[in-house]
Amino acid sequence: MLVSAAVALIFFWVPEDADQGFSQKIFYFHVPIALTAYACFGWGAWKGLVHLWKRTPEADLESYVAIHLGVIFGVLTLITGSIWAKASWGVWWTWSSRQLVLFLVLFLFYSAYFMLRFSVEPGPPRANISAVYALFGVVLIPVSFLAIRLADDFIHPTVFRPSGPNMAGSMFFVFCLSWAALLVLAATLYGIELTSKRLDASVRELREALE
Amino acid sequence: MTSAEKYVAAAYLVVFAVVLAYVLIMALKLARLQRETAELVALARRRRDEVASQSHREAAEVG
Repeated sequence: MLVSAAVALIFFWVPEDADQGFSQKIFYFHVPIALTAYACFGWGAWKGLVHLWKRTPEADLESYVAIHLGVIFGVLTLITGSIWAKASWGVWWTWSSRQLVLFLVLFLFYSAYFMLRFSVEPGPPRANISAVYALFGVVLIPVSFLAIRLADDFIHPTVFRPSGPNMAGSMFFVFCLSWAALLVLAATLYGIELTSKRLDASVRELREALE
Repeated sequence: MTSAEKYVAAAYLVVFAVVLAYVLIMALKLARLQRETAELVALARRRRDEVASQSHREAAEVG
């Protein structure tokens, strides 16, 4: 519902950007998707911390699912960003933008999480290593987010400044709605994947008990 | 259709395609879990019937 409302407002209500024109409409999904990916990685790291603190296998599974979703949203960020770059700058990718490179580093870091996780046998050591790795990665989130504010990045635009959002009120409203819609979508997918993983584990346990 | 419109359409289609693929994968997984649960229910019923017939035989031998 929220996603449909956001898409309708993006295409039929919000005015076109005076500078970039129609291609700026990618912004309303690209930036919220990137922020949702950060939120997923942050949630995964938090659950990793909870696991290390309380040693509960539940928290390990929650951390894994959150990072899995974060990587999916990370792929979408890179794809939509690349399409927007081609539309605005004429290139699919540029290595001279710190924001892009740092997001790619963050994405690759969390992609490697799965290689690490599945190279260790299931059990407490795997859960502990995964939690520590998830916690290390979270350091990259503020670095990636602040990169364009700390460095002189003339390529990637800075929309949110300390003085407030650099856009019209209607644009900011649609941006917030899109972000809310994507956060709700991510939370729903997180709940579905978590439930299916728990169900899978229960069915496996039941099969072992019956056979 | 201008090139800007094509790029915007491509970006939104990619997002919907990925979400759709994710939902389809989850639907397939849930269907598999439903099938496995049905198998386990059948197995549990067979076990219950076996135990019931065994206790019935034992009661008949004692009687």
